Amino acid sequence: MKTIAVNIVTPDGPVYDSEVSMVIGVTATGEMGVLPGHIPTVAPLGIGAVRLKKDNSTELVAVNGGFLEIRPEKVTILAQSAERATDIDLARAQEAAKRAEARLQANKDEVDFKRAELALKRAMNRINVYEGNI
Amino acid sequence: MASLRDIKNRITSTKKTSQITKAMQMVSASKLNRAEVNAKAFVPYMGKIQDVVSAIAAGSNDTSHPMMTTRPVKKTAYLVITSDRGLVGGYNSNILRTVTAKIRQRHTSNDEFVILSIGRKGRDFFAKQGMTILESKIALPDHPTFADIKEITHKAVGMFSDGTYDEVYMYYNHYVSAIQQDVTEKKVLPLTDIQPSTSTASYEFDPSAEAILEVLLPQYAESLIFGAVLDGKASEHAASMTAMKSATDNANELINGLTLVYNRARQAAITQEITEIVGGAAALE
Repeated sequence: MKTIAVNIVTPDGPVYDSEVSMVIGVTATGEMGVLPGHIPTVAPLGIGAVRLKKDNSTELVAVNGGFLEIRPEKVTILAQSAERATDIDLARAQEAAKRAEARLQANKDEVDFKRAELALKRAMNRINVYEGNI
Repeated sequence: MASLRDIKNRITSTKKTSQITKAMQMVSASKLNRAEVNAKAFVPYMGKIQDVVSAIAAGSNDTSHPMMTTRPVKKTAYLVITSDRGLVGGYNSNILRTVTAKIRQRHTSNDEFVILSIGRKGRDFFAKQGMTILESKIALPDHPTFADIKEITHKAVGMFSDGTYDEVYMYYNHYVSAIQQDVTEKKVLPLTDIQPSTSTASYEFDPSAEAILEVLLPQYAESLIFGAVLDGKASEHAASMTAMKSATDNANELINGLTLVYNRARQAAITQEITEIVGGAAALE
């Protein structure tokens, strides 16, 4: 089976580097699946899980924004932060989700509201990736 | 002349100081090693972003973005990266002197520019000068992660976008080697010096080149700042190491001098004692 190299890099260093058979990410225009031999493409990513299919297993990586750079033999994901399911601190994510929810309820200020919303989205994404329910 | 005991006390206290500075030197050396590793981990990310940015710049000549266009400058922002504490030799004073000189050269009044400061020393210095500090970040860890400075980079880029200021210069110490760090000035925004690359393959853009730039350019600008912070941290540890090394050397030199004085004084005391005994014995005969 043909495979494609996947590299997930953040400012703090590489997070993931391996060969997989398919990459699925959530881009601005919807979900996008990438197979080996894809045409060179760049697409922005939202806050969401990137699914990496390998043989019969699927690995999940929580990605916060950034973008996807695709070449026929290589996919690079550049994100400001990204965590593999095994690296996620569940307690911290739940704590962050609770805080964000509280802020959403208390705040009517538009800027803060938006920030809290994003924080909640990130926290929920982490929790979902950790629990593997995508 | 100081008494034997005074000299002995000074030797002991100088020795203790030198032990401390020696320990600090070794701590800085190990921090420097880690800082170099961190800076290396950042390289692939920065390289990739640069690749994509230049690929986009090459692919479409008509793409323009507010962050890439120079506009009339009404206000300038200076992002200055310093350390939180002293004991780092000329690290902070070099930067602050350069920035002050540039500001004096370019501006006539304090209303024409604002300061964004990373590091306590810079913040305190500019506050004392009566300059406007728009944002500051202090107590950065020794090995900052992107999350640590995300807030200030985000604000720095955001305020450029919403027109609070029209250009951003960044000042930091570039790490050359353990004994050399150069004050570096870099124009962060607008991003005018993006070289279109010829080697990289042309890309499809989903949904459009403009939408990609919308995400990519702020991320690129923030990465530039993060890169400078990492570089600055490596320089800080290197500067601290060198400063502590020279402090230890100076202390050792002082101890050597004092030991010589101590031995001379001790010898003089013995000689005097013998002379007195001999004198006393001669008087008895």
